[in-house]
Amino acid sequence: MIEAVGLHKVYRLKGRQVRALDGVDLRVEQGEVYGVVGQSGAGKSTLLRCVNLLERPTLGTVTVDGTELTALRGPRLRAARRRIGMVHQHFALLSSRTVAGNVAFPLEVAGTDRAERRRRVGELLELVGLSDKARAYPAQLSGGQKQRVGIARALASNPSVLLSDEATSALDPATTESILDLLRGLNRELGLTILLITHEMDVIKRVCDSAAILTDGTVRESGRVIDLIGRPGSLLARSLFPLPAVDHPDAVHLTYTRSYDEPLMSELTRRYDVDVNVLGGAIEEVSGHAVGRLAVRVSGARRADALAWLDGKGLLVEAAR
Amino acid sequence: MTALLEEIARRWPEMAPELWLGTLDTVYMVVWSALFAVLGGLPLGVLLVTTDRGGLTPAPVLRAVLSGIVNVGRSLPFIVLMVAVLSLTRLLTGTTLGPTAAIVPLSIGAIPFFARLVETAVREVDRGVVEAAHAMGAGKPTIVAKVLLPEALPGLVAGLVMTLVTLVSYSAMAGAIGGGGLGDIAIREGYQRFDDLYLWATVVLLVVVVQAAQSLGDLVIRRISHR
Repeated sequence: MIEAVGLHKVYRLKGRQVRALDGVDLRVEQGEVYGVVGQSGAGKSTLLRCVNLLERPTLGTVTVDGTELTALRGPRLRAARRRIGMVHQHFALLSSRTVAGNVAFPLEVAGTDRAERRRRVGELLELVGLSDKARAYPAQLSGGQKQRVGIARALASNPSVLLSDEATSALDPATTESILDLLRGLNRELGLTILLITHEMDVIKRVCDSAAILTDGTVRESGRVIDLIGRPGSLLARSLFPLPAVDHPDAVHLTYTRSYDEPLMSELTRRYDVDVNVLGGAIEEVSGHAVGRLAVRVSGARRADALAWLDGKGLLVEAAR
Repeated sequence: MTALLEEIARRWPEMAPELWLGTLDTVYMVVWSALFAVLGGLPLGVLLVTTDRGGLTPAPVLRAVLSGIVNVGRSLPFIVLMVAVLSLTRLLTGTTLGPTAAIVPLSIGAIPFFARLVETAVREVDRGVVEAAHAMGAGKPTIVAKVLLPEALPGLVAGLVMTLVTLVSYSAMAGAIGGGGLGDIAIREGYQRFDDLYLWATVVLLVVVVQAAQSLGDLVIRRISHR
């Protein structure tokens, strides 16, 4: 469990004050995958670095698994960090060490003895599917393989929490998918709590249980992804399912907040004798539900009744603007 | 051409022992000075990086002082430095003549030189890797010993080779004030006694020594670099 309360981070840059974080509260439950999205410069990286105190927040507290990290310094802070794994965008592997050597590094830092290190490294490489690459050097690996090494290394000290700093941003789509599958699998099998930051909405859709949107150092919206999608005017819903701009009085945005087995649109046209023209949108699987948003034009004499019926079915009906 | 070869053949028995001793003296001076350069320059170079702003242990004042000292050492022409430290040389070795005495100014000249090269090599280490080590709970000594130095090793070896080559050239200058070695022979026999054969023989031997150091270094770098 990760809890951040009232995080502020102020930098001094050439005499100017920059507020990277401006009162952020964050609560990541045990065993969930939590995504923080935002534009670059929104403060995502700072937020993640404040969680394991790579950067000390100017104000506020961070608690991980009941230990208040912001109260620790020196050796006790370093010991606490060993219980938090971190995965980096550009992998951050030691080029002078083999794959096995990289995975063993945090164990050396923790003072684990040689035999135990060997055993654990073998286990971890097996877990990420790189047993055959133990003796290879990072320069000989593909981006996806490097990130697998990064993940194995992050897990070496048996952390309960994994921080992921844009782990898939430097990877191609297919590799991104395999890394996300791996993270999701680790979350399910090991009960690993994952806090990730990303600028890719797809990552939120694919793996996150909960999400927060960070804008200018403040949390604009946060909660379970499936709930946020159903919230009227949700920024997250709009970002996850962007719709084309429509400038027509009859146009509405429909948000599917759960899976429907019934053919809603054809029933709508039959029942209310309206014309429905889909202008754009997408329905995708999020947290096990087929959810999504459509921009449609509904026209006909009984348009209002038709929209009310959709609303009654649990769809979110909003005027397109 | 044949006349030259005949002369070489005629004089070789007389020249060979002196040239061989000169070569050994040069190697002796360079190797010991390089050892001191590493002992002094490695920690100095690492400190120049870690005490910098955003480094492991930022200490702007200390860094400014260290950097100043290095700059003084770097800005003195070696021949001037050699004369300037004569009294220290006498204090440490009891003499100002010969290869052992030359090790003192050579080391003093090579320490700041190598320190700057160490600084450059260590600065090249990916900051992300250092951050990752912090995130794993590694302390500062661990980060220096297990991240900075191993990651910078190819650059450090390249810097050492460059220092060795520079030391060969400095050691030749040490010959000018009686330091011994190939430079001494070149100046005494070649310059002062107008003996071209000695001059060219020392040139060839100096080139061989430098080539040997460079080739060996390149070989080592190829073996240890995994970038």
